[in-house]
Amino acid sequence: MSIPMYWRTSHQRLALTGEVCPTCEAKLFPPRDICPHCNSPAKTRFDFCGRGTVYSYSLVNVAPRGFERCAPYVVALVALEEGPLLTAQLTETDPQDVFIGMPVEMVTRRMREGSEQGLIEYGYKFRPCMERAEA
Amino acid sequence: MRDVAIIGIGQTPVSEHWDISLCDLAVQAVKAALLDAGIERPEMLFVGNMLSAALSRQQNLGALVADHAGLRGIEAYKVETACGSGAAAVRMAYMAVAGGACDVAVACGVEKMTDGTPEEATAALAEAADALYEATHGLSFVAINALLMQRYMFEYGYRHEDFGPFSINAHENASTNPNAMFRRPITREQFVRSRPIADPITLLDSSGIGDGSAAVVIATGELATRLGRPVVRIAGSAGATDSVAVHDRREPLFFSAAHTSSQRALAQAGVTAADIDFAELHDAFSITAALSLEACGFAPRGKGVALALGGEISRQGRLPISTLGGLKARGHPVGASGVYQVVEAVQQLRGQAGSNQLPGCRLGMTQSIGGSGANIITHILERIS
Ligand SMILES: [Zn+2]
Repeated sequence: MSIPMYWRTSHQRLALTGEVCPTCEAKLFPPRDICPHCNSPAKTRFDFCGRGTVYSYSLVNVAPRGFERCAPYVVALVALEEGPLLTAQLTETDPQDVFIGMPVEMVTRRMREGSEQGLIEYGYKFRPCMERAEA
Repeated sequence: MRDVAIIGIGQTPVSEHWDISLCDLAVQAVKAALLDAGIERPEMLFVGNMLSAALSRQQNLGALVADHAGLRGIEAYKVETACGSGAAAVRMAYMAVAGGACDVAVACGVEKMTDGTPEEATAALAEAADALYEATHGLSFVAINALLMQRYMFEYGYRHEDFGPFSINAHENASTNPNAMFRRPITREQFVRSRPIADPITLLDSSGIGDGSAAVVIATGELATRLGRPVVRIAGSAGATDSVAVHDRREPLFFSAAHTSSQRALAQAGVTAADIDFAELHDAFSITAALSLEACGFAPRGKGVALALGGEISRQGRLPISTLGGLKARGHPVGASGVYQVVEAVQQLRGQAGSNQLPGCRLGMTQSIGGSGANIITHILERIS
């Protein structure tokens, strides 16, 4: 990711900032200017709480460039509490402990080894939900 | 719209063509297709390709291939829809001829994967996904499809080994196709023990990437009849889109673009899924083949794998797929695969499929997918006797 691409999306990467559609009230992440559900303009900011459950997951053994030294790692589709799915890595868990339906919460982590233009990329990953694990 | 036929086909073997350039591969397929058609100079050329910029540092393929194929001066374009680029080129050529912009057009698909390192190829293939919100999280293209497969297994209760028939059938059919890259049959045992790439997807769930080019000459039905060529009609042609990112879909396990484009193409041809004699589907991964079968109406939701387990996708089954090896075992030169599918369907309909020939087939479907279900193009081909 280049510096402009990162800078432009930093609120999404660091704070899970998305949008809520003023017409159909769908919560959107990542944000987009037209609601995909009702095609109305959607520009109202909405901050997601960062909790969700694992919708699906995969253990990546053969990693793309920039992620070789992180492999193996777990990627997932996370169903956020407010509705939408997002794609992220899971962290602080053993791959064999991951299951569909596992409660997870967002944390901020470094995303990859070395990156373009000297940028140190931070962003969201998800870990098993602490509160619920203790409860 | 005018009646449209395919009057010539050409292909190179799918392989690691270290000694042949991107451009020369395309030229070989285009020249072979023109020779087969008995045509010297088409009016238009559409070149389907995904990775030429990333791996060969080359764009402007329309003019480049036209020039090197001895067609300098004709109208020519590169067409891109990720892994479905070849099928998009076929659809562009179809629209050009059907709409009356020209009488004869060539659609060519070409991919030169070995000009980059395997890591570069993996990174370039990930560009079919959402760059900002999928690839940045370390998802390879395989991993995105693995997310679909894991969820599919969870929802419908399949085990990984249940997907074996897709790969075993593809390799079986490729074993007698001289243009295929992987000509060795595989056993169930080998499938079960294959090494994981992105769990649950293993090496033997995945199509092998390679270099290759295929081309078809598309002309008006009237010209085809006049030339006395064996006539294969394009009875239906349609494309449809879905979100690029899988996470933007309400139902990730339903390929809505496959459903829409296949229904439109079938309706145009005036037939239903039950009338189709064989299908060349986008079996880039075994899960992709299953989801395509379901979206096209060949199997109910959750039953695509059951169809394969029941033996219905083999050459003796109710709906043979990957009849010359498919993406899985003929090989998947990504931007070329959509044209290989059409070339192979024409081979079947003309009775030129050698020992892979399906007896008496009349209607074939080809379907190619750009991304993980994002851009899907379907063609219905019909033999006219
Ligand atoms: Zn809305």
